[in-house]
Amino acid sequence: MRAKLVLEDGRGFEGEAFGAELRAPICGEVVFNTGMTGYQEVLTDPSYAGQMVVMTYPLIGNYGIREADAESLRPHVRAFIVADPCDVPSHWSSEGGLADYLAENGIVALAGIDTRALTKHLRTKGTLRGAIGLAEVEDQALADAAEAWQPGNLVAEVTTPEAYTVPGPGPHVVVMDFGAKRNIIRSLVALGCQVTVVPADTGADAILASAPAGIILSNGPGDPELLTGPRTCARKLLESGVPMFGICLGHQLMALALGGRTSKMKFGHHGVNHPVKEIRTGRAFVTTQNHEYAVTDLDPSVAEVTHKNLNDGTVEGLRVLGRSAFSVQFHPEACPGPGDTADLFREFVAQLPVAAR
Amino acid sequence: MHGFLPCIASSPEGGDSFSMPVRQDLQSVMVIGSGPVVIGQAAEFDYAGTQACVALREEGLRVVLINSNPATIMTDGEMADRVYLEPLTVESAAAVIAKERPQGLVATLGGQVGLNLAVALADAGVLDRYGVEILGTQLPAIRKAEDRELFKATMVQISEPVPESKIIHTLAEAGAFAGQIGLPLIVRPAYTLGGSGGGIANTPDDLREIVRRGLRMSPIGQVLLERSLYGWKEIEYEVMRDAGDRCISVCNMENLDPVGVHTGDSIVVAPSQTLNDRDFQRLRAAAFHIVRAIGVQGGCNVQFALDPNSDQYFVIEVNPRVSRSSALASKATGYPIAKVAAKIAVGLGLDEIKNPVTGTTTAFFEPTLDYCVMKIPRWPFDKFSTADRRLGTQMKATGEVMAIDRTFEGALQKAVRSLDLGLDGLAAPEALPDDQLDQAVIKADDRRLLFLAEALRRGRTIPALAQATGVDPWFLRKILNIVEAEREVAAGRIDLFRLKRLGFSDARLGSLSGAGEAAVRRMRVRTGIRPSYKMVDTCAAEFEATTPYFYSAYGGENESAPDQRPCVIVLGSGPIRIGQGIEFDYGSVHAVWALRKAGLRAVIINNNPETVSTDFSTADRLYFEPLTFEDVMNVIDLEQPVGVLCQFGGQTAVNLAVPLHRAGVNVLGTTPEGMDRAEDRGLFEDVLESLHISRPAGGAAASLPEAEVIAERVGFPVLVRPSYVLGGRAMEICYDPDDLRAYVQSAARVTPEHPLLIDHYIPGREVEVDAVSDGGSVLIPGILEHVERAGVHSGDSIAVYPPHSLSAAVKAQIARQTLDLARALGIVGLLNIQFVVDGEEVHVLELNPRSSRTVPFMTKVTGVPMVAAAVRATLRESLEAQGYDCPGGICLPPDPGFVACKMPVFSWAKLHDVDTALGPEMKSTGEVMGIGRTYPEALRKGFLACGLGVPVPATALVAIAERDKSEALPVVRALVQAGLRIVATPGTAESLREAGVAAETLTAAEAMEAVRSGSINLLVNTLTRGRQRDSDGFRLRRAATELGVPVLTSLDTAGALGLALGTAGDDVPPPWALQDYAVPVRT
Ligand SMILES: Nc1ncnc2c1ncn2[C@@H]1O[C@H](COP(=O)(O)OP(=O)(O)O)[C@@H](O)[C@H]1O
Ligand SMILES: Nc1ncnc2c1ncn2[C@@H]1O[C@H](COP(=O)(O)OP(=O)(O)O)[C@@H](O)[C@H]1O
Ligand SMILES: [Mg+2]
Ligand SMILES: [Mg+2]
Repeated sequence: MRAKLVLEDGRGFEGEAFGAELRAPICGEVVFNTGMTGYQEVLTDPSYAGQMVVMTYPLIGNYGIREADAESLRPHVRAFIVADPCDVPSHWSSEGGLADYLAENGIVALAGIDTRALTKHLRTKGTLRGAIGLAEVEDQALADAAEAWQPGNLVAEVTTPEAYTVPGPGPHVVVMDFGAKRNIIRSLVALGCQVTVVPADTGADAILASAPAGIILSNGPGDPELLTGPRTCARKLLESGVPMFGICLGHQLMALALGGRTSKMKFGHHGVNHPVKEIRTGRAFVTTQNHEYAVTDLDPSVAEVTHKNLNDGTVEGLRVLGRSAFSVQFHPEACPGPGDTADLFREFVAQLPVAAR
Repeated sequence: MHGFLPCIASSPEGGDSFSMPVRQDLQSVMVIGSGPVVIGQAAEFDYAGTQACVALREEGLRVVLINSNPATIMTDGEMADRVYLEPLTVESAAAVIAKERPQGLVATLGGQVGLNLAVALADAGVLDRYGVEILGTQLPAIRKAEDRELFKATMVQISEPVPESKIIHTLAEAGAFAGQIGLPLIVRPAYTLGGSGGGIANTPDDLREIVRRGLRMSPIGQVLLERSLYGWKEIEYEVMRDAGDRCISVCNMENLDPVGVHTGDSIVVAPSQTLNDRDFQRLRAAAFHIVRAIGVQGGCNVQFALDPNSDQYFVIEVNPRVSRSSALASKATGYPIAKVAAKIAVGLGLDEIKNPVTGTTTAFFEPTLDYCVMKIPRWPFDKFSTADRRLGTQMKATGEVMAIDRTFEGALQKAVRSLDLGLDGLAAPEALPDDQLDQAVIKADDRRLLFLAEALRRGRTIPALAQATGVDPWFLRKILNIVEAEREVAAGRIDLFRLKRLGFSDARLGSLSGAGEAAVRRMRVRTGIRPSYKMVDTCAAEFEATTPYFYSAYGGENESAPDQRPCVIVLGSGPIRIGQGIEFDYGSVHAVWALRKAGLRAVIINNNPETVSTDFSTADRLYFEPLTFEDVMNVIDLEQPVGVLCQFGGQTAVNLAVPLHRAGVNVLGTTPEGMDRAEDRGLFEDVLESLHISRPAGGAAASLPEAEVIAERVGFPVLVRPSYVLGGRAMEICYDPDDLRAYVQSAARVTPEHPLLIDHYIPGREVEVDAVSDGGSVLIPGILEHVERAGVHSGDSIAVYPPHSLSAAVKAQIARQTLDLARALGIVGLLNIQFVVDGEEVHVLELNPRSSRTVPFMTKVTGVPMVAAAVRATLRESLEAQGYDCPGGICLPPDPGFVACKMPVFSWAKLHDVDTALGPEMKSTGEVMGIGRTYPEALRKGFLACGLGVPVPATALVAIAERDKSEALPVVRALVQAGLRIVATPGTAESLREAGVAAETLTAAEAMEAVRSGSINLLVNTLTRGRQRDSDGFRLRRAATELGVPVLTSLDTAGALGLALGTAGDDVPPPWALQDYAVPVRT
């Protein structure tokens, strides 16, 4: 069925609908992802809640779908936009095809789009909202719908409804789930940690009451400055002295808790090839990233910038002075993307008091 | 930079106290090139070397270059401060080092040859003696990667999996190992040329046979047996690492052909298509792990075998240098690997090197593609049809093409068109019955892609084909998409837009639908279905980029914005193949440069990823497209050029002149009619006749009786060439009616539509001229005389400048005829004429209205910028106006005070079952140059450079055909005088002894044994004439070739070798820099 994406500025892209049936127009923020593999991880990354993801690589779906590659229970993107989806995947471990997976999970998708033109448009104009409707719907109607769309409380949509614990022999780590990717938890468990995942609105006192050896502020969707509760919580947790590690949104919350600010980037970083330099050592890493906001205005007497982006110089990591707390804007858990910075989990766990359980 | 809000981190450039500083102590650096083009080592090293030289000079370094290959851009005087076109041997490189005293040496830019020479220089103590430091990847790292034992040990140490293997010395050991891990096994003899003698043993019989052969062929009687991974996925990563341990992966690539088919012979796609993110990252991480363990500083290629049915993988090999794959990866992504590797070598960190695409960010980034890239190799089996076409672990392709599209199908079909094999789509190469087709698919020869399509057309299922071939079902499915679409077209359902997205050419649609190409094109243009052009920008449009590098895609936005400046399009030459080599890329690149110098916008269309012409910094715009009428016209429609240059891209480009002209395109320079009159035999004869210029008598025969009549009329011997070739026997010399009859019956189909062309064969001296014409005058930088008489293809002959045996009258006649022909044909630009000189008589053999193989060589040795002069002529600037003095219409500078020769280089070792005898069909793949103060000195260097540096004392085995025996005497005497011991087959030995030349007699069997045992250093063997195959000679020649023993089949070559060895003394002639002899005449 012919369908189209119309952006809030009126630019339209027509293609073929696939995945879930498109009944009424779907709205969301349109972002592009430059990874050439890892579409399933992208689909299931809760940080994409509220966003329609455009894959810049044209051939998507080649190796199918499998449970092991899901980064959460279900896809979170609002819609999926590709050039040339593959209907007959090939991989020994594939459990099904992309189109069926999207359909089963209610995700609308568009194919046959000039995703490069769309990406260039987003790069030039900055991230825009968009609406997908059937081809016969008026462009203006879709543009208006896009413009009217507001994301709502995205973290609430994706955080775990209840706390749960994954047992392990090592230190007890609490993960504040703002939309955590599975591989964060898997990485901790692989290091022997006992991991308790708590909802985003859990208070600092409750967390501290469980006597954590360390705390992780997870990744997640949306504007960090709207998360006033978690910010307060993060500040209290920092004051407690328990070692902390922030990832992506968690990094932004850490900065906010320290009195810094975040600001919306023009079109964000979404991909698996973002170059980051570790300032202290001069080492450089290729990282996975997925964020629309960047940390600014950190007080150097409170926190030190540890990493920066080699392309645009944005803050990629910070360390709180006088505390064992640090955070990174990129995703050391990868999935998708390179595992070049996976050692950060090891570093974090290594500094946790062993006895504390 | 990208419009971000201010942030507190410092700018990416600033505040790095941890990066390596650029080496302040270095002023002068030596670069080693890769020498002649041979199978496995082609134009990619010209691209890499050129980039590296530019990159090093950007850092303010003085570059000293040594490379024996004159056909390269990198050996241009402008590319390095000192250019030595000298043999790539330890002695000659040592002499250059002694003279130039470079402080550093980059070993990893000149392919395997350059790497081996660097290691040899170190081993010989030369580097220590002169205090030359290896820059970039260090010797221990090179050894760890290159030495199979050390490599295996290193991998075991870091727990990277390598296939089980064992070094064996006896059949029994081989059997025991096979018993232990089972068959199939890969057999690799140690230290043989290009892995020859190896293979895959599937059965115990195979194993016995291949191991026996391998043990015999290995000079140290050693063979490596390895578990076969045939059928696994072959995946490559191109990795960069700097001295600060920063690593990136530029690109990964997946071979469509499974492990077991050499990557150089495989169809390759980038990025990988069937790997999920886990696979992708696991192999990427392994590649980093490996390059770190080895200690690479620069570029590196890592090859993996990945199990199609599990997570298991094995490391196949590592190339710690730039390579064919790195050139492909550079073109596939836009990331200039060689350039960055050179910067790393002189101490820069990846994070300090500027990203040449964005101009603002750094080289520490990983490209991401938003298109699909396809590489297909180009094999020489059209020339060598007796060769074993089967593909295996040893590479056979001479070149490759690359295509880019937004769909896999589109990229595949474009690549097929780019091969210039007359294929406009996936048409079956021959109508095989079902059972043979099934075999052909499994057998994996150069036509497998087409056979796969045909098998799908005939209803073979994807699982069955995947099972039989090891080709992943994903690729088969894509091929099936094409086949299914073909079926729709044939059924009259034509969704043109969709078909174009799937890469169908107008020509293919025209033939499938029966409407014809022209009708499809008309319909397409009428309905506005035109390609748009997308940019290759390394970053999938994430950042603003200005790379002028485009490919076509149907649907979507066009990014190649119109530019008001007038432009000229240069047509490139496509894949490297026998007869159309790197020389034509040289012409294309210089044409581009000349246009830019003339203030025009230069646009190039080409599809060869190995070349300098497809470096996006060469032209103002690069279109990576097939060189077919349709694909070229699409670019023309967009760019609206003031003209198109068809004379620099070899025959591929010349062939487009007429169709483009008919479509109303302005072909610059020689008119297409003029080109046609030069190329059409009948028309050309008329021109010659009107000018009273002689050519060998000849005619065209429509039948055997007619052929016999013509042959009798023109007189035997005759040179015959069919216009339709069967079984690869193309041009040949027939000495008598029996020969002729046998030839026609076995080799040619002779009909009125496919006449047999017959010429009287004149065994005179062959002379060649490259000239620039402005329509009124000609500039002849020099005349080239061949060492081998006519009858050995000009491309396979040693060519000498200046001529050493032509009288002044003959030279004047040649110059005069060149002028007359140029005027009569209206040549504007380059022309190449081959003459045969018989006594004082001059006959014209052929005229090529285009650039030629010898243009780079002549440009280098004379200093005349031939291509630039030709381009200026096509832009209507007369030679006089360019400053060339042309009295009587001819500018022919005086002979220089030195002698230079161009010598052919062959790739025999890679092509089994091919006869190494020279004849009128070209067989060489590359060339080297020798320059000296005297003729023998130039020859000596040339022979050294092409691997014929026979060390004296040595033994030559001589086996001469009856009719050549008297002529052979002086040649053998010269060899004796040069200090060679002569052994000969009985007849030859007898005739030698009768003439007083000492020669030991060997029977045919003894001769063979002598060759095999390594006691022969040179084989001189002339062909028994006639159609009866001289099977003894053939076997002897092949045996010698497999063992790396030089084989000469022309007495002329042997005589030249005798001269070179005999008169040059023991000392290697001193090296000579281009800057000191090629003084530009005028610019
Ligand atoms: N163990 C093996 N089993 C089957 N094929 C192999 C094996 N090892 C290598 N090959 C094949 O042989 C080719 C050449 O081997 P490689 O070691 O890469 O040598 P080269 O130096 O010629 O590139 C590879 O591209 C691969 O397809
Ligand atoms: N009539 C002839 N007499 C002697 N040699 C010839 C004659 N015609 C061709 N040749 C030899 O054959 C070679 C190839 O012929 P040519 O016409 O130049 O074909 P190509 O187009 O392949 O260059 C020449 O270089 C020359 O050595
Ligand atoms: Mg290899
Ligand atoms: Mg010729």
